[in-house]
Amino acid sequence: MAVLNEEQTMLRDMAQEWVKNESPVTAWRKVRDGGLNFDPASWTAMGEMGWTGIVVPEEFGGTDFGWMSLGLVIEEMGKTLTASPLLASSLAASAIVLGGSQAQKEKYLPQLASGELVGTLAFDDSERHTGAASTATVSGGKLSGTKPFVHEAESAGLFVVLASDGVYLVEKGEGVSLSDRDLADRRDHAEVTFDGAPADRLADGGDDLAEKILDRARILTGAEMLGMAQHVFDETLAYLKQRTQFNQVLSTFQALQHRMADLYTDLELMRSAVEAGLQALDAGFKVPEAACIAKSRANDVLHVMSRQGIQLHGGIGMTDEYDVGFYLKRARVLEASWGNSGFLKDRHAKLAGY
Amino acid sequence: MATAADTRPDTDLDAFRAEVKDFLKANFPDSLRGKGNAMRTVEGPGEETPEEKAWREAMGERGWGTPTWPKEYNGGGLTKKQAKVLEQEMAMAGAWNPIGGMGVMMFGPTLLEYGSHEQKLEHIPPITRGEIRWCQGYSEPNAGSDLASLQTSAEDKGDHYLVNGQKTWTSGGQWADKCFAIVRTDRSDKHKGISFLLIDMDSPGVEVKPITMISGMSPFCETFFTDVKVPKENLVGEEGQGWTIGKRLLQHERTNISGGGALAALNAQPLSKIAEHYLGTDEHGRLADPELRAKIADYEIQWNTFLLTARRAMEESKAQGGVSEISSILKNVGSRLGQQRAELLIEIMGFRGLGWEGEGFSDKELQHVRGWLFGKATTIYGGSTEIQNNIIAKRILGMLDHQ
Repeated sequence: MAVLNEEQTMLRDMAQEWVKNESPVTAWRKVRDGGLNFDPASWTAMGEMGWTGIVVPEEFGGTDFGWMSLGLVIEEMGKTLTASPLLASSLAASAIVLGGSQAQKEKYLPQLASGELVGTLAFDDSERHTGAASTATVSGGKLSGTKPFVHEAESAGLFVVLASDGVYLVEKGEGVSLSDRDLADRRDHAEVTFDGAPADRLADGGDDLAEKILDRARILTGAEMLGMAQHVFDETLAYLKQRTQFNQVLSTFQALQHRMADLYTDLELMRSAVEAGLQALDAGFKVPEAACIAKSRANDVLHVMSRQGIQLHGGIGMTDEYDVGFYLKRARVLEASWGNSGFLKDRHAKLAGY
Repeated sequence: MATAADTRPDTDLDAFRAEVKDFLKANFPDSLRGKGNAMRTVEGPGEETPEEKAWREAMGERGWGTPTWPKEYNGGGLTKKQAKVLEQEMAMAGAWNPIGGMGVMMFGPTLLEYGSHEQKLEHIPPITRGEIRWCQGYSEPNAGSDLASLQTSAEDKGDHYLVNGQKTWTSGGQWADKCFAIVRTDRSDKHKGISFLLIDMDSPGVEVKPITMISGMSPFCETFFTDVKVPKENLVGEEGQGWTIGKRLLQHERTNISGGGALAALNAQPLSKIAEHYLGTDEHGRLADPELRAKIADYEIQWNTFLLTARRAMEESKAQGGVSEISSILKNVGSRLGQQRAELLIEIMGFRGLGWEGEGFSDKELQHVRGWLFGKATTIYGGSTEIQNNIIAKRILGMLDHQ
């Protein structure tokens, strides 16, 4: 993995330790079986550990540790499928950092940084991501439009909404209604309808504010996917080393050795792409290009990894009792988020001018 | 290896830079700017012009073609920082290194590590002056990926070995003066029966036959040894140490294959630019063939990811002070992407990308066809993709050996 500084190493170690002890996959099982969106105690802990404010400036109550740091935490949480609105809420906070007025920052950032308020992005008008465009309208400070699939919508108190003429903040309440959308990953998704909801524009982010927010979403989602791919790989390798058939441990079969060597290669390439995306965000250099590379590699590699994870576990990989199926279902939801590979390759070509 | 006396302190890099500038001014003629030929090892040495000869001799005299090798054996004796300065100044002047080949890339570093003082004195200086060409006697018709099953034998005859057998894929065998070979000195032990031997290619009993490849070129040969007498002093290391020494040499080979230098040059012109020329664009400025456009974008993303991984491997090994584990994937990925690019170029160029020779094609188009075919070797030589996958599975992933 990337060479980390001392602060990042500490944060990574802390996240590893916390996830291992407090949020293994069994914690996700409890959340799912209890019909919850996330474990409130975990969310409180994340706030106390300062994770909710990693990309928020210190003057607004954050730590400003940066994107690589946040990515490390998200990656660790991805490994055990920790359910939490951390990713979505961090993106909402960064949208305000990028485009908010001083008043908007003062009003929302401290609450987001403490974890007291959960934010999320409500951008896409349809069942797929097709870029930074929306037909949602705003007139007289009231926003109207429907966002059919919004991550962490039930948990959120604040929506960062893409409309036809810019990005707006909408608080949950007047003019906002939700209809639950239970996807295969069993996480928090809903259709959100805005019907004349009071909206406050993020006016200071420039014309490409929506794209900047989306690039952050792509890269950070890539970090969650990296954690998932790493975990599926590690678990599968461990399984192949203990399962015996024909009086032979599976890991002695060359057909499986070579498949694992290929998956390892893909995984390391994916890691380089995602980490470079996080580094690009911290450096503020060639972010759109880095985001295409990070998310398209993450999509393609996790897609194969999650399929092979099931295949290599054999029949038990098909059971709910084993964890590997959770990763397959979550993988497809994340692949479809903020641009599938076809979309991202098209965007890469456009950015390169062909 | 280098001792304190070999190297000059690099406290004054500015003075060294000035020395390099003066040297280049005095010895590198403008007429040779950018004329270095990276394909020389494949296409053969060709005739050296008087200017090229003078340039090679000037570099050889200083040992700057092998800048970090010890001065004792006519290496440059430079520190890494000084070598970097030399590289920078040469690049600025458009100068190229006239000293190269297998002697520099693989054999020299290995001999410096395992050879005796006498062997180094005999063999290293001619390499540093570019006077001697070396070839590699490794593969045999029945020992490819399973290299250690080699059968070419060296029989102990008191003051010399008697060598019999056949080597194949001897790169540049027809132009080589000497051969570093791994041979069998003991049939009772597969690995410990192998020794590392240096053989004069003009010895009686050595016969070389070039092999015509699918590219139409003959960069490789079959080499036959029939009762070839090799003096005992040409044994490197101990008898039976050949497998260890031979593997070390392969590490140098792999570093060179995946080293990025040649690959980076290959990718100097973006595929999308070439494609715009051949395919044209639609009214939105997009490449006219949407499927090919998507394939090119996919290739570019993968290529960028490969470069990011090579960079990460370098940063990791620097931070850890050892070779990073991920360097093991670079050979497979780099060679696969090189081939993918060549195949994409044919799709882009259509029939123009398949010209064999003669009228109707640009030089670049013709070169591309030969490169496409020659490039098929990259996933086979230097440890095939499958052998690399064995190494990854066993050494890195700890998957048990097939017993």
